[in-house]
Amino acid sequence: MSKSNSTPIVQLSNVGKSYGNFSALKDVSISVRQGEVTCILGDNGAGKSTLISIIAGLHGHDEGVYAVDGNPVHFTSPRQALDLGISAVYQTLAMVPLMSIWRNFFLGSEMTTGTWPFRRLDVAGMWDKTDVELRQMGINVSDLEQPVGTLSGGQRQVVAIARAIHFGARVLILDEPTAALGVTQSGIVLRYIAQAAREQGIGVIFITHNPHHAYMVGDHFMVLARGEVELDAPRSELSLDDLMFHMAGGAGLNALQHELHRGDARGPTPVN
Amino acid sequence: MTTITQGVEPRLVRRQVAHQALWKKVLKRPEVGALGGVILVFIFFYVMAPPFRQLAAFTTILYQSATLGIPAVAVALLMIGGEFDLSAGVAVTASSLAAAIFTTEVFGNVWIGVLAALVLSLGIGALNGYLLVKTKLHSFLVTLSTFLMLQGLNIAVTKLLTGNVATDDISGMTGFNSAHAVFASSLTIGGVTISIAIIYWIIFALLGTWVLLRTKVGNWIFAVGGQGDSARAVGIPVKKVKIGLFMLVGLAVWFTGMHMLFAYDTVQSGAGIGNELLYIASAVVGGCLLTGGYGSAIGSALGAFIFGMTTEGVIYADWDPDWFMFFVGAMLLLATVFNGWLRTRASSR
Repeated sequence: MSKSNSTPIVQLSNVGKSYGNFSALKDVSISVRQGEVTCILGDNGAGKSTLISIIAGLHGHDEGVYAVDGNPVHFTSPRQALDLGISAVYQTLAMVPLMSIWRNFFLGSEMTTGTWPFRRLDVAGMWDKTDVELRQMGINVSDLEQPVGTLSGGQRQVVAIARAIHFGARVLILDEPTAALGVTQSGIVLRYIAQAAREQGIGVIFITHNPHHAYMVGDHFMVLARGEVELDAPRSELSLDDLMFHMAGGAGLNALQHELHRGDARGPTPVN
Repeated sequence: MTTITQGVEPRLVRRQVAHQALWKKVLKRPEVGALGGVILVFIFFYVMAPPFRQLAAFTTILYQSATLGIPAVAVALLMIGGEFDLSAGVAVTASSLAAAIFTTEVFGNVWIGVLAALVLSLGIGALNGYLLVKTKLHSFLVTLSTFLMLQGLNIAVTKLLTGNVATDDISGMTGFNSAHAVFASSLTIGGVTISIAIIYWIIFALLGTWVLLRTKVGNWIFAVGGQGDSARAVGIPVKKVKIGLFMLVGLAVWFTGMHMLFAYDTVQSGAGIGNELLYIASAVVGGCLLTGGYGSAIGSALGAFIFGMTTEGVIYADWDPDWFMFFVGAMLLLATVFNGWLRTRASSR
């Protein structure tokens, strides 16, 4: 447990964000350490997207302190976050479907050889690196020339995550990576998330609304509701049932169930 | 030494894998449909039109194709980048008009007129790109507007400045001979006389292919057209790439305009309307997707060659030239359907 005593890579203290009069996020504190998977759960509009936008540098925060390696930061572009090793993998923005796997892998960070005007892509170099990198991460694709669009949804996510790690990500923000996937495909991605955290020491922020998926890989759980923290607990203090209860709407669900007269609602195990 | 042998081994394995799938790889190229089309159209006119079989006819066909093909290469790159340019046809005329009018009415020197036309053409391209990026309208609308504006300006300004719908003959002006040699001379290779435009066309098509497949910018063009948001997310300057592509079309259009000017010495201000669709058709027959992110520069050259063969083939077969447009339409339809079919087959395995 010496790990949890080290300085967190990403630490948010009482961070908030408002758009005009509407406060999208209030008083959120979160720490992401090396090798830990932090799951953020919540209904639509709970503030998950706002939170990851702040961490990934898409939007600046209005209140509280955001620190990377203990130093306070205020990002104005995703590039700044990337340079500090904080990388977001979005479900839909990950890849260009019509381009080949190796071209996608190096997109925006292409390797070149030769001097201008004969500077050209180092095709063999990129090909080999992609091959090695994917193999190392246990991703088996028959042909790196095949368009990314021909990969399954799970494989696509995994390649995007592998790419982020290859280009120096220390903290990965995964935005609903399993939302559009079936059971098998979700399994591929979850296994890979766990592997990235345990074996490569990446800090992972896993955004999802599936408590089963979260509980399989998470070390720490946070449930957001209406922009506020509804639950914040480490794995040791939480059961899957608790998590599901909180996800399903918590106390509000109890009231609803009571109102609808459908038997007794199952109460939560108290959480400190 | 050991590091070298270690480095060689995976390469060998890779080459083997690549070799096995070679025929499949060829079938997956975007221009494969156009190549089939070239062969079919060639055989068709070879059988139907006896004069088509002569070498002299072939050079005429290549010349026809080159005047379409030079702008079509740039238009193909633009389409791979996800945008259209409907103004390209009249922009060719605008460029030659500008060069002719600047030469005859202002500077008296052909080369200064040529440079002024280059600035104008690149400016029109930049304006198209800038308007697209700023207004976030579809490029169809933006360039339709510039197309109509240019069409009007071409005739109005020419009439205003020269009192005529065509420009004055520039063949007597200073610098004409050297400019003619650069843009519109003829070469004799092995007893066959060909226009220099054909050479330029082939060079541009090869250069375009190299840029697309082997440079960083080429990679970015595919990404910008294929999924602009993903491209932006990995740090590609999407807006710059788009404006750059419109300016590239400007460059190609200028080059074609200069060829036209020095080949005919005078310009009709109403010329060029409708050619923009032939450039787009060449690119599409050559494998470009209308939605962007897919296509080929060599393919656009093959597409232009198909239309070149058709234009001349109809004449050699002694048919009414009005049939040409019918063939263009039919071929476009066939090629689009065939390309789509090939692509789904290629990407499903």
